[in-house]
Amino acid sequence: MSAPSASLAPRRDLELSNLIWWLPRAAILGGLAFVIFGPLVNMLIWTVAERWYFPHTLPLDYGFSYWGRVFAPRGNAVQSLVASISIAFFTVAGSLALAIPAGYALARLKLPLRGLILLAFLLPQAFPNLPVYVNIARLFYEIRLNGTVLGVVLVHVTHGLVYAVWIAAAAFSAVDRDLELAARNLGASGLKAFVDVTLPLAAPGLMASAIFVFLESLDEFTGSYFVGAPDVTTLPLLLYSAGSGGNYQIASITALLLLVPSIAFMLVVEKFLRADVLAKVGQ
Amino acid sequence: MSADAYLNLQKISAGYGRTQVLQDIDLAIGKGEFVALLGASGCGKTTLLRTIAGFALPSAGSVRVGDRDVTRLPPDKRGMAMVFQSYALWPHMTAARNIGYGLRLKGWRREAIATRVAEMEALLGLGGLSGRKPSELSGGQRQRVALGRALAVDPDILLLDEPLSNLDARIRLTVRHEIRALQQRLGITTIHVTHDREEAMVMADRIVILDKGRIAQLGTPEAIYTRPASAFVAAFMGAENVVHLDGACSGHRVDIAPGPLNKAASLTLDRPAPPSGKLEARFRSERLQLRRLAAPSSDTGTAIELIGRVEAVVYPGGEWRHTVRIGESSVLVDGPEALPPDTDVIVRVPTTSLFLFAASAALPIGSPSAADDRSPVRDRLTA
Repeated sequence: MSAPSASLAPRRDLELSNLIWWLPRAAILGGLAFVIFGPLVNMLIWTVAERWYFPHTLPLDYGFSYWGRVFAPRGNAVQSLVASISIAFFTVAGSLALAIPAGYALARLKLPLRGLILLAFLLPQAFPNLPVYVNIARLFYEIRLNGTVLGVVLVHVTHGLVYAVWIAAAAFSAVDRDLELAARNLGASGLKAFVDVTLPLAAPGLMASAIFVFLESLDEFTGSYFVGAPDVTTLPLLLYSAGSGGNYQIASITALLLLVPSIAFMLVVEKFLRADVLAKVGQ
Repeated sequence: MSADAYLNLQKISAGYGRTQVLQDIDLAIGKGEFVALLGASGCGKTTLLRTIAGFALPSAGSVRVGDRDVTRLPPDKRGMAMVFQSYALWPHMTAARNIGYGLRLKGWRREAIATRVAEMEALLGLGGLSGRKPSELSGGQRQRVALGRALAVDPDILLLDEPLSNLDARIRLTVRHEIRALQQRLGITTIHVTHDREEAMVMADRIVILDKGRIAQLGTPEAIYTRPASAFVAAFMGAENVVHLDGACSGHRVDIAPGPLNKAASLTLDRPAPPSGKLEARFRSERLQLRRLAAPSSDTGTAIELIGRVEAVVYPGGEWRHTVRIGESSVLVDGPEALPPDTDVIVRVPTTSLFLFAASAALPIGSPSAADDRSPVRDRLTA
């Protein structure tokens, strides 16, 4: 054997072992990317597809005619979007109105069974959604809350309260008690100290909890379906009826509409939710 | 206590849950007086300050300011201002807004607040920093802003909760004098919590030494330093050398029996002697005389003379510091010249440098400390 080939053989081995090393990784990463982005890409294609049926891999025609139909006065999309967003805002207002005093009390007072109280807010999500909401719907039907915006908001508030209260309690715990006492000491009443010192310092955390609640409300389906439909139509309900009717274009465009606030707010949350607040969630 | 006192604490007890932190604290502070609460951590000094400020309610007793009973009043109705150990500056407000906050609460006009804030900044040397947030200030500057915030409202009583403990050692020394000078100029009744003996000594008119939630001694710095009322106070004020002796006492007279570690002595104290029996003798490392055992003694009997052997000698500056072993224990002795280790020596403790107490069963016999900053008493307290 000559010298060059002797030096070549180990290099080829190296390349092979490199390949064995990298191939499964690339496959796993690729698979993961496909699982995450595949449906999204599929959805995006559907929003601009005019005609697309089996066995074709890609749509036969592209166009925006379904966008026109979604945003047409009879398309219900704008109406549902407005309904969804106003319900989400009401839900945020309701949740914060409860979560600020509750979170403050949980952060500051030496409550017995504090952990249990925190856990209680998880209850609405601890049980299977369907039986819970069916029963709520029955109850609301009796007191004529079924099919009203207020009914849907109430359901969303119970659902979002766990985020709101937990994050608010963490945000208030992160505010040093001495900062409040310093204000009291200089002549501020309890309420004044809260408004001037505690609230501004807890604001980023409260903002984050508001955004979580907003997103939860925007995406919520089961409760809205049982309590709201058919009088109150939110975007997820529209998406459901379009999807079950086989109209994938309308469903995809609606889904895209839902995605926009979600992504926008996720970016904001990341900015607002400081690590020191996150570390105190549930403590 | 006294009728003309401005701030009166009567029989204050306080605690968290079942732990009693303060017990029967009686304290009367005159108007314009600077009082230091001195004690090891966990002695209840911060709790006492917070009780005075109204952050915690006492379980018993009363707090009176002038002829007003403020025991049950919320903190904002007490006319006191506190400087916190952490400074507790509001991070979302600028230095100027921090200082002006109390005035804003009082409903001052904007221009009046600006004038007052500028005044405080000039007084405390904070010129040009008014627009900065606390996070953009150094430790010393934050401390000044916190002080300015408290002084701006012209409080009846200023409460200082270890405000110097977060500063560099060198800055601390100058700030001590600045605060003291300011306090005297403004004539504000001040209560200062500290664990630093020297800080309390140089700043306060009177010192309150707290031990396990009780007042161990109350007096001027000089009185506490030269006439400690108990072994605890003596140890806390730096008399950490301990030896145990047998003595027969009557009136101001103490006769020390000769023993293997000490010579016979007959002392006349300037205060009543403790009861006869086992005595605990405490003294500082300074104002002692150290000589070789063989050297002749000038006069005997008017000072306690201890027999020991030099273990180590170091030079911390000023005088040579000898560690002298006396029986089971060792003491620190400063002297103008170094005696080499393994020299047999006599440590002469003059009556004026000596504190005698009845040996209590609670104190471990013969375990004095060998270093200045670690005392067995303090260690036990902080443990």
